[in-house]
Amino acid sequence: MADTMQFDLVSPERRLMSAEVKSVQIPGADGDMTAMPDHAPVITTLRPGVLRVETLQGTEEFVVTGGFAELGDGLSVLAERALPRADVDQAAYEAMVDEAQAAYSQTKTGSTDDSGALDDAAKLLHDMVAVGTELGLSPKQPTL
Amino acid sequence: MPSLKDLKNRIASVKSTRKITKAMQMVAAAKLRRAQDAAEQARPYTERFNAVMGALASSVGDSDSAPRLLAGTGKDDVHLLVVMTAERGLCGGFNSSIVKLARARVADLRAKGKTVKILTVGKKGREQLKRDYADLFVGHVDLSEVKRIGYANAQDVARDVLARFDGGEFDVATIFFNRFQSVISQIPTEQQIVPAAYEAAEDGASTLYDYEPDEEAILADLLPRGVATQIFAALLENAASEQGARMSAMDNATRNAGEMIDKLTIEYNRSRQAVITNELIEIISGAEAL
Repeated sequence: MADTMQFDLVSPERRLMSAEVKSVQIPGADGDMTAMPDHAPVITTLRPGVLRVETLQGTEEFVVTGGFAELGDGLSVLAERALPRADVDQAAYEAMVDEAQAAYSQTKTGSTDDSGALDDAAKLLHDMVAVGTELGLSPKQPTL
Repeated sequence: MPSLKDLKNRIASVKSTRKITKAMQMVAAAKLRRAQDAAEQARPYTERFNAVMGALASSVGDSDSAPRLLAGTGKDDVHLLVVMTAERGLCGGFNSSIVKLARARVADLRAKGKTVKILTVGKKGREQLKRDYADLFVGHVDLSEVKRIGYANAQDVARDVLARFDGGEFDVATIFFNRFQSVISQIPTEQQIVPAAYEAAEDGASTLYDYEPDEEAILADLLPRGVATQIFAALLENAASEQGARMSAMDNATRNAGEMIDKLTIEYNRSRQAVITNELIEIISGAEAL
């Protein structure tokens, strides 16, 4: 059994990482999952969260805001936006929360009939806030 | 016959024009490299995305529950043309070739009795299309403040398009842009983005994936992103094409200016010679008359 697999992390603008890795912890929309070599093929969407990559050298972490992961022969994570964890400071984090907040407010005022969209936006906002706790930054409280 | 002074002034002015076009060419070359780089960087994402969408689309396929972004509204009465051009001119036939393609399409669709709406991205296309089709315009996205096209710009355009789709404003959306082939060749291209046309993997041996959450939820989540991704890819292609077109246009202009300077210099020397000859004749005939 192989103990590493090919892992690619790409955002629309560039490729952030491409390497052989031991495992990757993915913040899936339905809960976290850890992908290891020879995992069954899965496609899952991502929620905002932290992507933890175990390489042969050590652990690397990325903050992703959404997107999806395709686990086949290797793992490809296509993130809407991905930043190395070290690049995410309080200001960057707050900007992300503000963005989610704005999207939520817009959905709230925009649609009255479609409660699904509002729930989705609220979940996105909560996930975004939770990222702060996970990173050890002071979480910014959303207004719903 | 222009005087010596006039000629001299013209030579000086053509020379300064040549300097400008030369500088523009070099700037375009540097920008082209950056734009090509950006397009290259974005390619893995687009490729992967399309591969996954192909697998998804073929598995959800023709079922009645397929989202409207994939299956369409069932009509094709109203077409939205998203015409992407540059914000600036002086890039050869870059803008007009897109506009020409869009115009042909409008005429074609109108002949078939369809309704056409136009959304422009980039100032130049708007100016050119406004003359004939001002009544078809539904919107314009201004990118003149944007130095470097990011995914966020594409998302803005996509959001605009999707909001109109949700509002039932159109049935089919097509984007028009220039595909970058090489510095001297850019191909005006039209691509349908709504309903999305994803091709399933050709080898047929596509992997059977588990989906989390279920296929339809993923598809509903990904299709709007697909629109943004395709628009982003088109914007990047367009940016690279624009710089390529500008580079070759400015190269031509520089060469033409050089030829013109040569021609003017010859003319200048000839007329100088004529003046000297004239003076000599006057002196000699004056001496003979004595």
